[in-house]
Amino acid sequence: MSYLSHFLTSLLSTIRDVLPIAIILFGFQLVILRKQIPNLRQILIGFVFVLLGLAFFLEGLEQALFPLGKLMAEQLTAPEFLGITDGGNGSWANYLWVYVFAFAIGFSTTIAEPSLIAVAIKANQVSGGAIGTWGLRIAVAIGVAVGISLGAYRIVTGTPLHYFIITGYILVVIQTLYCPKTIIALAYDSGGVTTSTVTVPLVAALGLGLANNIPGRNPLLDGFGLIAFASLFPIMSVMGYAQLSEWRAQRDKRSRSENERN
Amino acid sequence: MLESVRDLLPIIAVIAFFQLVILRQPIPDLGGLLIGTLLVVLGLTLFIHGLKVGLFPIGESMAHDFARKGSLFWLLAFAFALGFGTTVAEPALIAVADEASKVAANGGMIEKTEEAMQSYADGLRLTVALSVGLAIVIGVLRIIKGWPIQYLIVAGYVGVVTMTFFAPPEIIGIAYDSGGVTTSTITVPLVTALGVGLASSIQGRNPLTDGFGLIAFASLTPMIFVMGYGMIL
Repeated sequence: MSYLSHFLTSLLSTIRDVLPIAIILFGFQLVILRKQIPNLRQILIGFVFVLLGLAFFLEGLEQALFPLGKLMAEQLTAPEFLGITDGGNGSWANYLWVYVFAFAIGFSTTIAEPSLIAVAIKANQVSGGAIGTWGLRIAVAIGVAVGISLGAYRIVTGTPLHYFIITGYILVVIQTLYCPKTIIALAYDSGGVTTSTVTVPLVAALGLGLANNIPGRNPLLDGFGLIAFASLFPIMSVMGYAQLSEWRAQRDKRSRSENERN
Repeated sequence: MLESVRDLLPIIAVIAFFQLVILRQPIPDLGGLLIGTLLVVLGLTLFIHGLKVGLFPIGESMAHDFARKGSLFWLLAFAFALGFGTTVAEPALIAVADEASKVAANGGMIEKTEEAMQSYADGLRLTVALSVGLAIVIGVLRIIKGWPIQYLIVAGYVGVVTMTFFAPPEIIGIAYDSGGVTTSTITVPLVTALGVGLASSIQGRNPLTDGFGLIAFASLTPMIFVMGYGMIL
């Protein structure tokens, strides 16, 4: 019974999130465009699927994965586990498992992120299959993983956040000059889509755990910033993925033309 | 269903590995964990199906209709409403705004009373929602005019970096994070469908190069606006 009432609460909160969007969509459709919506029935069914799906998804995450993931982040950042109980900060190497966890959790939550799946499906359609859904998702996930581990390293060392972010921006701008023009918009987008339902709660727990336990860090100041890393690095990894695919395609072409000559 | 299982396999593997091998602890409440994982798989399957039959088609059909109607004003009004409306009620943003008000109160920027903190948090939420609305408007204008995205984004980066030097240090972390939290699971597919739909109904636009990019603006403008908010208050 408590399961059911808990699920109903998640369903209600999902409905509350979707309602303003539905009002805007149908309001503009009926008042401004003044047109019958084609396949209205099918679209409404789609909305119901989205609502139920999100409610189940969040409910399951909250019941199963979030508590365990958060507990794990706390245990991995506990002073006893890190070996910093004697008051010292320890060397950055004490935190090795924290970085490995940050990398693994960044990668795996991004693979499960529904909004990234949505963008990957669209990109695959629009590019006529040239951009593979899995290729894009893995590229983004690697970016998030690197971003989060670097963000954890920043909390450990206490370096100001904006040094990293500004350096990241400079790298993004340089990469933009050299990468295939068709991928630029998609790469910039993938920075924003990575961090939502699945990633944020787990990553926030990791950041707060680190900032709470490491001497000299203030959770309010240093606990933030992991999301910023997770939205910056996928831009680079997606452009890198495009550069790599282009380079390989060119190399194949070159070797093929050489073969023909021989 | 099978695909959703594959999507979730990495998380399960990571959690199991760290729990059993590194922390060497048994998994608490295995039954609850299995039920929860089943719910997640079911939810993801339903969501992806709903996306394909509901959210994508309506986003695209509205983009086509607006392009055919030819009224720039209403298209931009729709873009703003979509950006503002989906952000203002976003739960992640509400959480971040509350955190930010605590930081501000501790830093002595505002009074440490319930009311002052609430009004600070509400102001911040409105600021972010306005900035996302504006971002979608700029993004839609870019698709219509065919401006290359990188110039606008680089200008945005310059804006962020400049603001960083003048904003109070307490707000910087929150401002940078607010860029990432604004775009929710329902907004992203809709906005993507809108952009791709617009780019494919306007002549001379390529859905791949021009259709994407709306999300990028929506994650950039909040950083600038939140730092601005921190400077004014």
